[in-house]
Amino acid sequence: MIFGFSILSVAIWLPILFGGLIMATGGDRNAPLARILALLGAILGFIVTIPLFTGFDKTTSAMQFVEIHDWITRYNIHYHLGVDGISVLFILLNSFFTPLVVIASWKVIEKRVAQYMAAFLIMSGLINGVFASLDAVLFYVFWEAMLIPMFIIIGVWGGANRVYAAVKFFLYTLLGSLLMLIALLYLYNQSGGSFSILDYHKVAIPLTAQILIFIAFFMAFAVKVPMFPVHTWLPDAHVEAPTGGSIILAAIMLKVGAYGFIRFSMPIVPDASRELAGVMIALSLIAVVYIALVALVQTDMKKLVAYSSVSHMGFVTLGLFIFNSYGVEGALLQMISHGFVSGALFLCIGVMYDRMHSRNIADYGGVANKMPVFAAFFVLFAMANVGLPGTSGFVGEFMVIMGAVKVNFWYALLAASTLIFGAAYTLWMVKRVIFGAVTNHHVEQLTDVNGREILVCSILAAAVLGMGLYPLPFSEVMHVSVSDLLVHVARPKL
Amino acid sequence: MSNMQNLYLLVPLAPLLGAILAGLLGHVLGRAWTHRITIFMVFVSFVASVLIFQDVMAGNTFNGTVYTWLTTTDARLEVGFMIDRLTVLMMLVVTFVSLMVHIFTIGYMKDDAGYQRFFSYIALFTFSMLMLVMSNNFLQLFFAWEAVGLVSYLLIGFWYTRPTAIYANLKAFLVNRVGDFGFLLGIGLVFMVFGTLDYQTVFNDAASHAKDMAPIAGVSWNLMSAICILLFIGAMGKSAQFPLHVWLPDSMEGPTPISALIHAATMVTAGIFMVARMSPMFELSETALSFVMVIGAITALFMGFLGIIQTDIKRVIAYSTLSQLGYMTVALGASAYSVAIFHLMTHAFFKALLFLAAGSVIIAMHHVQDIRQMGGLRKYMPITWITFLIGSLALIGTPFLSGFYSKESIIEAVYLSQLPGASFAYFAVVAGVFVTAFYSFRLYFLVFHGAERFGKKHSQHDHHQGLAPGEKPHETSWVVTLPLILLAIPSVGIGALAFDQLLHLGYFGDSIYVAEVHQLQVLAKTLQHEIIEHPMSMALHAFGTLPFWLAVAGVLTAWLFYMKRPDIPEMLKHRFDFLYTVLDNKYYFDRFNDWFFAGGTRGLSSFLWKFGDIKLIDGVMVNGTARLVGAFSGVMRNIQTGYIYHYAFFMIIGVFVLLTIRHWFE
Repeated sequence: MIFGFSILSVAIWLPILFGGLIMATGGDRNAPLARILALLGAILGFIVTIPLFTGFDKTTSAMQFVEIHDWITRYNIHYHLGVDGISVLFILLNSFFTPLVVIASWKVIEKRVAQYMAAFLIMSGLINGVFASLDAVLFYVFWEAMLIPMFIIIGVWGGANRVYAAVKFFLYTLLGSLLMLIALLYLYNQSGGSFSILDYHKVAIPLTAQILIFIAFFMAFAVKVPMFPVHTWLPDAHVEAPTGGSIILAAIMLKVGAYGFIRFSMPIVPDASRELAGVMIALSLIAVVYIALVALVQTDMKKLVAYSSVSHMGFVTLGLFIFNSYGVEGALLQMISHGFVSGALFLCIGVMYDRMHSRNIADYGGVANKMPVFAAFFVLFAMANVGLPGTSGFVGEFMVIMGAVKVNFWYALLAASTLIFGAAYTLWMVKRVIFGAVTNHHVEQLTDVNGREILVCSILAAAVLGMGLYPLPFSEVMHVSVSDLLVHVARPKL
Repeated sequence: MSNMQNLYLLVPLAPLLGAILAGLLGHVLGRAWTHRITIFMVFVSFVASVLIFQDVMAGNTFNGTVYTWLTTTDARLEVGFMIDRLTVLMMLVVTFVSLMVHIFTIGYMKDDAGYQRFFSYIALFTFSMLMLVMSNNFLQLFFAWEAVGLVSYLLIGFWYTRPTAIYANLKAFLVNRVGDFGFLLGIGLVFMVFGTLDYQTVFNDAASHAKDMAPIAGVSWNLMSAICILLFIGAMGKSAQFPLHVWLPDSMEGPTPISALIHAATMVTAGIFMVARMSPMFELSETALSFVMVIGAITALFMGFLGIIQTDIKRVIAYSTLSQLGYMTVALGASAYSVAIFHLMTHAFFKALLFLAAGSVIIAMHHVQDIRQMGGLRKYMPITWITFLIGSLALIGTPFLSGFYSKESIIEAVYLSQLPGASFAYFAVVAGVFVTAFYSFRLYFLVFHGAERFGKKHSQHDHHQGLAPGEKPHETSWVVTLPLILLAIPSVGIGALAFDQLLHLGYFGDSIYVAEVHQLQVLAKTLQHEIIEHPMSMALHAFGTLPFWLAVAGVLTAWLFYMKRPDIPEMLKHRFDFLYTVLDNKYYFDRFNDWFFAGGTRGLSSFLWKFGDIKLIDGVMVNGTARLVGAFSGVMRNIQTGYIYHYAFFMIIGVFVLLTIRHWFE
């Protein structure tokens, strides 16, 4: 409890409150104040979530830090919050990234500063809401609401083709969500008038209905992950989004899709999940292999990292639908690690973009000569993207591959191909961008990272290395909840 | 935690601390303090290894956890040490060679802008390599396996402005990743079968799974063969075995000290060490052993041939390394793990010596590496000359020198082996003796004897390399020559000294397991063959054997071709033009890989992107949907005219239609 409010409510509403406050500073003459308020709000937002981790009871799979109030009593809708060993990590991850994004955007954004910062803080609160909601309607509200700030961020502060990208992003994700809403309404009736997600975990549903619900959920979640073949919005959105937008998009927003599979699809419609696991695994493996190949030939750095994200998220969905603890825990660890690594890579690309105003690989070459400190960070994050042991990128991939071998050697073989292709596309980019002699006078004029950039990079580097060398604290939290999830998935509920 | 356990920790952590200090604070510490600190740290590590060696010899082994990396619902993945006789031998080799290389680096890199960075990398490498040999589980093995790969990548590309260097390091990383792909799947199978990644548990249970079959990729495999072959694919990458050998010659783009440390003495032998460590598993699969032996034999012979025509001093030695790694692999295949480790050790000393001596030559020649521009250096660089000669003699297997004992033991072991492919392997290793002697002394004669060909003209390179006309080379400073001398001592003596212990008196004890049917003594008895167990008599006996005379023939041929009659090689080159072209193109492996794997993948990727993503998904599905909606709305728009009388008309029509329908249904 913080001043009488439950921690989860504070984690959601404090950043949103600060968002409103920042907005109130108005025009750009008050930009310094807006920045300071944003940083303060973001840091406070992170601090208040720390008790979620330190006070977390690792021995139970029940929801913790629960808060429940009536909301719309006529339809039995509640303001119902709570976290388990799965969702708690994502609230922390999200709150951890908000200050980083604020610092990273400190001097980079100079127009409509207050609105930009406010959008990020509000989005941070809304995303926490997605991970903490235990009421389906509340979840749906947060789920849709979080699109709005991102839509604005891409549409206002984005690149040249920002409107196309923003609309594509919005329509793509909205379309899927509508089907989810229909599924939720069906579940409301089937459960005898409840919107509680935990109630849905127990409701018996006939197989045909399960499959239809699964497909409806799939439309909503697969777009967000994104899974092949509904991934094409992501490269466009990333390319046009400002650096901060890309970081949150890759690090946090992609995780809500996979989280949806864990919270909704797998426990609510377990029989359909098992029936359709083959399809999910096939799509995941296509993502791992096909998308890795597509990433190889990208000429735009942001597109390359965006495709790499899709490929890495393929590991997540693969891990989830092989239904063993290695796979699921591996998937969760991969999600967290991908947050750190892709966030860091987009940050690095942003650092270069601020100086060169180009994302084209061909415009670079020999950056290490002019930016040695930056090059060290970039190579570190690239290696994490390659999944080198000792970095966070290895942990999840390793666990998922270990889990996949138990199910089918072919799955493991195809998944492990990322060892080669992942290294190929990432390090080929490093070779062309970072190494080599200075290629042109633009590179010649580059200046190395400043203190602010070093700060953000160092924090992320510490996270990447820390999680790679000692992932135990991350995995310990989730054991009981994951076991419970697997019990739910294995139990028929026709 | 006991004192010994603290000492175990000190061995890898001291170089790690050195690496961190040099890497993060290098610019504050300055050059001198950077090398003082890192060298001191590696020295500490070496001394600790010696103490641990004595402790292990007194009978104290260790197998325990340092910390828990990750837990799963039914397994614990840990970081831990297994300290036994195999480990401690590797620790001594690694720390000693690393120490020599650290000292040598002061001289070799003294003008380089990346001085501190270089020390940081080699200290980091020492840490990683020690973690690799000290590991007590497969996870940490893979960790360190990739970590040494990373440092190798960073060091090959150390001079990152050179296009050839950054091409070579990318290539090295990717080829190694192909090996690691198999390695990781092998580890996955181990985990699936045994439910743990701990060495000791796996080794204890291995025998009970010897006959297990498993359907893998549609075929029913003997599980142990599948595991061992997959693990060995990892070794093929790291230890540069055919056909994954292609990265090692290119790795010579890195500075010479690391060619000695990483690409000759230690990292590339990780695969050999790994297979020896896994002996309880490999012993259960003759299929895997046979595979190992044939791959090793191909590497030993065919890579040796390539050494014959190289003109870059480092590349000759690189091909020699490939060939010698092949020898070690053959020994592994023959179940002679202790012999393989023995050759690994002697090779580490004499090959590090050869590389560092080559480095000394390169310093004196002002970074020219082409042996056609050398010659007659023995007058100017006596220490380098003598030590290089010692290294070469040890390499070709001169009786009484270290290489002789290990190589002779390999030939003996292969002779006794009865696995499929053993006769080919025997031919390869014996023929390889001649090839080794020939390319080694070709190099030796061209560099240290004959006419002085340096200082004639500036090479076309842009680095202002080479001696000015008339300028004479001179002997390098003591930081360079001291490591040469210190490495020359074990290159001479370690063979005779360790021969008895390592091969016959059971030094390795139970750290290496050999099935009884594969043991050399047993094999010798069935063949009624006598094994000579005394180093002295073995050396004397050698004067009457085929390998010895092949080596002599090799040296003499080299002398004839390159000292006496230089026209013969020229003539042969023209006479056997086709053969020369094949060798010059390294059997066309690089071209094929570039065309088929690199080019093919890029082509396929382009196609998938342009056709799959852009045309099919975005073009047809996404924008197609948008167009469909647009077209539909376009039609609908025509109806929305805005005229009241149009709407009224449609309403009336609608009412009539509804009434008609109602009428029908009644």
